[in-house]
Formats: sequence, structure tokens, C-alpha cells
Amino acid sequence: MDDPSTDVIQGTLDMLILKTLSLEPLHGFGIARRIEQISKGVFKINPGSLLTAFQRLERAGWLDAEWRRTETGRRAKYYMLTRSGKRQLEIETSDWTRRTAAVARLLKAEG
Amino acid sequence: MSLWRQLTRGLGALTRGAAADRDLTDEVEHYIEQATAAGIARGLTPEQARRNACLEVGSTAAVKQEVRASGWEAPAGTLLADLRFAWRRLRSEPGFTSVTVLTLAVGIGATTAIVSAVRPILFQPLPYPEPGRIASVHEAARDGSRMSGTFGVFRALQERSRSFESLAVLRAWQPTVTGGETPERLEGQRVSAGYFRVLGVAPALGQDFRSDDDVSGGARVVILSDALWRRRFQADPAIVGHSIMLDGDPFTVVGVMSGGFENIPAPSAGIWTLLQYGTNEGRTWGHHLRTIGRLRPGVTFEQARGELTTFAPDLVRLAAAADGFFPGGFILTSLHEEVIRGVKPALLVILGAVTLVLVIACVNVTNLLLARGVQRRGEFALRTALGAGRGRLVRQLLTESVLLALLGGIIGMVVAVLGVRALVALSPPGLPRVGAIEVNGAVFAFGLGIATLVGLAFGITPALQAAGSDPHRDLHLGSRRSAGGHRRTRSALVVAEVALALVLLVSSGLLLRSLRSLFAVDAGFETTQLLTMQIQTSGHRFDADGATDKFFADALDAVRRVPGVSSAALTSQLPLSGDSDEYGVRFDPPPPANPREGFNTFRYAVSPGFFETMGIPLRSGRLFDEHDRAGAPLVALISESLARAKFGSADPLGARLQVGPPSAPKYTIIGVVGDVRQQSLALGEASAVYTTAAQWWFADNAMSLVVRTGGGPSLLTHSIRQAIWGVDRDQAIVRVATMDDLLAASAAERRFALILFEAFALAALVLAAAGIYGVLAGSVAERTREIGVHSALGASRGRILALILRQGMSLTILGIAIGVVVAVVATQTIVAMLFGVSRLDLVTYSGVIVILGGVSALACSVPAWRAARIDPAVTLRAE
Repeated sequence: MDDPSTDVIQGTLDMLILKTLSLEPLHGFGIARRIEQISKGVFKINPGSLLTAFQRLERAGWLDAEWRRTETGRRAKYYMLTRSGKRQLEIETSDWTRRTAAVARLLKAEG
Repeated sequence: MSLWRQLTRGLGALTRGAAADRDLTDEVEHYIEQATAAGIARGLTPEQARRNACLEVGSTAAVKQEVRASGWEAPAGTLLADLRFAWRRLRSEPGFTSVTVLTLAVGIGATTAIVSAVRPILFQPLPYPEPGRIASVHEAARDGSRMSGTFGVFRALQERSRSFESLAVLRAWQPTVTGGETPERLEGQRVSAGYFRVLGVAPALGQDFRSDDDVSGGARVVILSDALWRRRFQADPAIVGHSIMLDGDPFTVVGVMSGGFENIPAPSAGIWTLLQYGTNEGRTWGHHLRTIGRLRPGVTFEQARGELTTFAPDLVRLAAAADGFFPGGFILTSLHEEVIRGVKPALLVILGAVTLVLVIACVNVTNLLLARGVQRRGEFALRTALGAGRGRLVRQLLTESVLLALLGGIIGMVVAVLGVRALVALSPPGLPRVGAIEVNGAVFAFGLGIATLVGLAFGITPALQAAGSDPHRDLHLGSRRSAGGHRRTRSALVVAEVALALVLLVSSGLLLRSLRSLFAVDAGFETTQLLTMQIQTSGHRFDADGATDKFFADALDAVRRVPGVSSAALTSQLPLSGDSDEYGVRFDPPPPANPREGFNTFRYAVSPGFFETMGIPLRSGRLFDEHDRAGAPLVALISESLARAKFGSADPLGARLQVGPPSAPKYTIIGVVGDVRQQSLALGEASAVYTTAAQWWFADNAMSLVVRTGGGPSLLTHSIRQAIWGVDRDQAIVRVATMDDLLAASAAERRFALILFEAFALAALVLAAAGIYGVLAGSVAERTREIGVHSALGASRGRILALILRQGMSLTILGIAIGVVVAVVATQTIVAMLFGVSRLDLVTYSGVIVILGGVSALACSVPAWRAARIDPAVTLRAE
């Protein structure tokens, strides 16, 4: 396989979804597309994991879902961030920043 | 919040399965559409774009599966699906399901009911604080039997014993309470002051008895039971400190017991007063008291026994010095042991019998499940081939078994509740602690636990066998072929079932024949159309014997005038009523056959006409007549067996006898009458002495009235009672019963055991028949092809019928043979409950074998008939 895209790092998919939805409500493909675009194709989203994550996040109360009409008049399920979802995003972001900084320091010390 | 979401969304997915599924499909579909559109936008052809999109998403079903499996509801959904599937399976086999569920219900229900009833009696400690320290003390007669205690010994023990924290003596007391609408005879006890302290309880209202009052001539005080307080005194708390009228004397109520108090030593007693004996009275050394005591903490029964033994020689001397008698030893047991002593063997036997029923039920269910497992081999092979995992199959079968067990358990609980009610309603009067019998939580859990365990145990065997087998071979063989190994197991189980059923049938047959032979016993008098009741005098008007005699004479005259009364008489003790008034008798001159003084002779003071009314035959001499009144020469009648024992073939007429103490008057024997069963039909050969009430040396203050009637005896109860109350309004009339009632009651314990055994034996018979039927039907179903080949090769229907019948009957005969051996041993446990029949009674054994053989032949004939009608063409084509 010469596909350069990789799977999303374990445990970060939830954070990426929350981040993507913090801008505007989107449907499933839109979210996948946005993550791929912004990561410049580094992350490739598996639809199965994505839909499973939606169900998980929705049950956790971080997402709300709503069936809406798209521009083409088709029925689609749009996801949006709830207030507790926003809080969760902040927690996960600061947690992530702390971890990556630590990993970066470790790697630097090694070098 | 999020937990709530988890729950509601999960439940939503479970309950609206189809709608949730549609939404998910829609979402996946939309994803693919969007991806396709994106591909087209990148310049791909629509087909290419669609193909890429589908590749990216993968299988729609797999995605959906992934999403669905992520929620908590997924395993729950599987469980629900298992349950639904199990329910459908069970409903598609109503015969199997109902037989299994009912079998379990009978087994579990009967066991739960019996354990519920037996547990509080045998296994629960008495409802008192530290009940293990409460002891019962009897004097030990020389032959090792129990003798009632005396006040003299009680006082001596109280002074000397270091083993007991407190001791108490008690005796029955039946005061008549007046002052209400009708006089009422109460059941009560006279107790020494420490009675409630021995039990470790105190009145809920007021105070306990004080030792200072427990002296001859002390204050008249009573303590009431909660039930009596509510019924007779309207639960008035102000009653404490006030007095009530008992037997014409005022008694001050000092306390009321709590509603939870159970008076184990005398369950019917509802009122207590002090014994108030002196140390130097005639009654001080009378053997008529029960003694109980509470051991000091840390003192064992063994130590207490040792201590009591050291007192014995001293007590013998002490008693002899006071003209009393102490037999020289004690019997010390826990109060609990003492209370259950009479019923324990019967209850244990009943517990054993119900265990047999449970075992038979379990064997039956195992058999049914095994047979079913074999028949479903094909189905499991197919499902394994389609990819069902071993775990999934085992889980499915376990679900079915547990569902069966739970259904059985639930219906079993209904059986248990009804059974416990029936047990309480049927319980013989001698059964202690009946009030404590109920289906309680623990026993309920016990029943459900058994149900589930049974389900798991029986579910797992066929499940493992099915899961462990090779699907290829099983599919190839199909489900209709023989399965030799299982058949042997199941045949063994049927043999066991038949054997156990035979044991129960023989036991109940023996009990049935015992009851038959008991009722065939001649009571010694005409028992039909005989009404009995006890009239009790109370109050100071009867302090003089003359007044008592006059009242009874007037009452008897009044009764004789009631229309419908053929004849009537009075007696101081009534046969088969529980009365037991025994005296020692001396003859003058000493009789030729046995000159020693005889104890244990029943003493009757009767009115003339007693023998004619009862229908007791005169053997020689004459009966009493109106001339045998006070002041006339003293005369007595003796029973046939007493005459035979004392005089042999010599003529007792004209000899003189003395009843009771040496100071008692002497009576001349004027006749010999037939023997009467006094205590019970089972105990015969009663020695008896009769005198007229007028010539007896004191007036009995309670007399039983016997009335021979023309029509139904109980119809006359009201008019007879009115006739007596017409003479004196204040006298209590109790124990109204026809002699037939008394006869039935005297055999109540046997009847109780018999009813239970009959129920168990019937259940065992039905279960065994169901087991034989199940195994044969299964075997015929498995061997359809084989039988088809037989008949294609020319075997006649008769031969095939005989083949299957032989298979079934050989199991039955083996079971019967084993059962007979087991029964011969097992019936030793019920020897004490048998009467007039040997435990090896040939009639019972052969009757039971015929019944069991007949029933199992019937159970065999249906599958055999089905086998004989198998059409070889159809069978072979089906292969």
C-alpha cells in the first residue's frame, strides 16, 4: 500500500470530531472530509469507527444529533456540539497539549 | 445525565430496533452518496466514484454491526434474542414444556412447602433470647420414662443448684372468666414466679410476677396474653392494675405480654397466674408439675446433669420423709428438644419423603432434557455449520433450561404457598409452633435457588454434548438415528425413578393400611350418634360438694327432657378426648392372679345409665342403678382386662377394692364391663374402675356429658346447651364434639402423615409414569427408521408393539426389583407410625407392584402403539 494516510492515533478520534464540530454542525461524511482536508490527508477516517464514535459521544452527552434536509433536499443526520461537549473539548485539548509537550521534551532530551 | 442518556438511548435501540436500524442504514447510505459526489467532483466517472466510495466504507452490514456492538445494549439484545428464541422453542413444544415445568413445580413446590413447615419447628431456635440455655427437667422413672416433677423437688433445686440462673414450674389452669356477655373457660397456666425470667421475656405492659406474691395465700394476680387482652378486654391499656373475675374471685391484672410472645411450653395458654404452693401441703409432693430452667452462661447440659445427679440421694430421703416419692434421677434436655420430641421422627420422615419427590422430579427433568438434546442434534449441527460458536450454543441451551427452571420455580412457589396453607389447616393438634409456619423469604429463595441450579445443571449436559460433537457427522446422520450412550443413561434414570416411586408408594400404602386397621379397632362402645361436651362448675357456690352434685343431677335431668335425646349420662372422664385420670388400685383380699398393687388404672365417676348410653356391654354382675347413691353401700364396676389381670378365671364379684390413698373408702365389685379405649384406638387393654359420681369420695367439678341421639348429634347442640344454662346461666360448656370427631382427632397425626405421603406417592407415580413415557416416546422417535426397516422386512405390528413394550416393561421390572429392596430397608424409618400392619406387609407390596406395573404399562402403550403404526414407506422415503 503506498497510501500515505494513516489511521487516526488511538484515542484522538473523539477529540478530532469534537474540534471539527466546534466550528459548525456537520453530517458524518462532512466531518470525515473536514478532518482529512485539515490534516492534509494525514488522517484517514474509517467510516465504521466514525459512526461508532458518534454513538458513543452522543450517549456521553457531548453531541446532539438531528435529521435535517441537505442543500440537495436529502435527509441527513447532522451532529452538533453540546455545552458539555465544549467543556470536554477544552479538557481533551489541554490534556493533549500537555502530553505532546512532554513527549516532545523527551524526544529532544534523547537527541 | 450521561448515564440517563446511555440508558434511554440504549433502551430506545432495543425497543425500536427496526427504526434505529433504518436510521443507521440511511446514515451509511448518505455517507456513500456524499463520497460518490466528492469523487465525481474530483473528475471520476459516476461508476468509478461509487465503487471507490463503497470500497472506502466497506460492507454496510459490517459498519452497522460495528456501531451496534459498541453500545451496552448489544449483549442485552443477545440475551433478549436468546430469551425470545427460547420462549418460541418452548412454545413450539407444549407437551415437553408443560411436563417439565409441572414436574419442576411439583418438586420445588412440595419441597418448599415442607421445608417451610418443618424449619421453624425442628431447625429454628425457640423465639427467646439465648434459647440454647433453656432446659426442661423431668424426673426419671425407674424404667427410664419421664415423670412429672413435684414442687418439693423444685424448691430443693432452687435452693441448691448452681447450674441454673432461674427455675420455674408450671401446670395447666382453666379459669372461667365472668363479667362479660357469656362465661368463658380460658386456657391458662399456673406458674412459679420465675417463669417468664426462665424464658427471658417480660410483659410489654405492666410488670412481671413478684416472688413475694408466690406464696400460699399470696395476692391474686394474672398476666394476660396479647391475644386475650385484645379479644376479651378490647386492648384497653388501663386494664393493668384493675381486677377481673375468675372462678368467682377477683384477680388483679399486673401485666400483658407482647403480641410477638409465643408461649412454647403451652401454646394454647393465654393467661398466667402464680402457683402459690406451700412447702408443707398435700400437693407439695404430687407429681403433676412441668419444670423448666435457664442455665447460667457457660454451664453445659452435661455439667448441669452431673450436678442434678449429686442431689438425687438427698432428694429421695427428703421426699420419703415428707411421705412423698422421688424416683432417684432426672432427665435434662433442652426445651426445644423436649417440645419437638413427639413430632420429630414423623417430621424427619416427611422431610425424607419430600426429598425423594424432589429427586424424582430432578431425575425426570434430566431425562426430558437429555432426550430433547438428542432429538435436537440435527438442529445444533446445522447451527454450528452456519457459524454459531460453541459458547453461543451453550448459552442458548442454558437460557432455555434456566427459563424452564424459572417457570417451574414460579409455579412451584404457587404450589408452595397453597401447600403451606393446606399443611397449617391439616396440622394435627400436637404440632408445636404452627403459628410460626409461613413461606418466608429464605425458603422462597431456597426454592428459586433449587430451580435455577436444577436448570443450570441439567442445561449444561446436553449443551456441552451438542457443542462438543462433530457437526459434519451429526448432520450426515440426521436427527432420527439412535444414540446408544444416552439411551443407557436415560434408562438408568427411569429405573431409579420407578424404584423411588415404589418406596414412596409402599410407605403411603403401609400408612393407609395402618389407619384402616386403626379405625377397624373396636373402641369398646357405640361411637356413632353420640354427642359429647364438658360442663365445668366454677364459683364459690360449688365449694360444697352437695351443690356440685345437685347442679349436675339437675342439668342431666334437663338434658334428658330435650326432644331428640334418646339417653344421656355424665362421666368424670371421656374416652378418646385426651382425659387421663389414673389411680393406683388395691384389692381386698389380694386377688389370686396378681396380688400386687396396680398403678395406671383409669378411674371413672359416672351417673347411672352411663353404660347403657355409651353401649358398653356388661360381662357379668349388674350395672349401676338409681339406688347406688350416697349413703348406700359403696359399689364399683371393673373392666374386663382388669378382672382378667387380677383374678384370672376366678370370679371378681364380691371382692373389695380401694382406689387412691390408703385412707380412701373401699368399694364392693358388683360387675364386670367390656374394655374401652381411653387414650387412643392404638392403645388397648385399659384397666378401669367405675363408681357412681354420688359415691366417689369427692365431687369432680368438671363432668363430660354423653348424649345418645336419634338423628344427627350435632343438631342438638344448641338445645342441650340451652337446657343446661336453664339450670345455671354461669357454667361453661366446652369441648362440644361428636364421638366421630373425637375418633378422627385421636388419629390426627397419623392422618396428617398419611395425607402427605399419599400426595407425595401420587406425585411420584405420575412423575415415574411421565418418565417412562418420555424415554419410550423419545426412543421410538429416534428409532423410527430402524422400526420402519423392521416392518419393511416383514415384522408384524404385534411384534413391534411387543418390542417397545418389552423395552419399557423391562425397565419397570428392574426398577420395581430395586425399589422393593430399598423399601424393605427404608420402611424401618416409619415403623413407629405403623399400626396393626407389618412393614413387610405382603398385601401392600403386591398392591403397589400391581399399581406401578399397570401405570407404567399404560405409559408404555402409547409410544408402543405409535411405533406399531409407523409406515415403512413413509419412514424410508424421509431418509
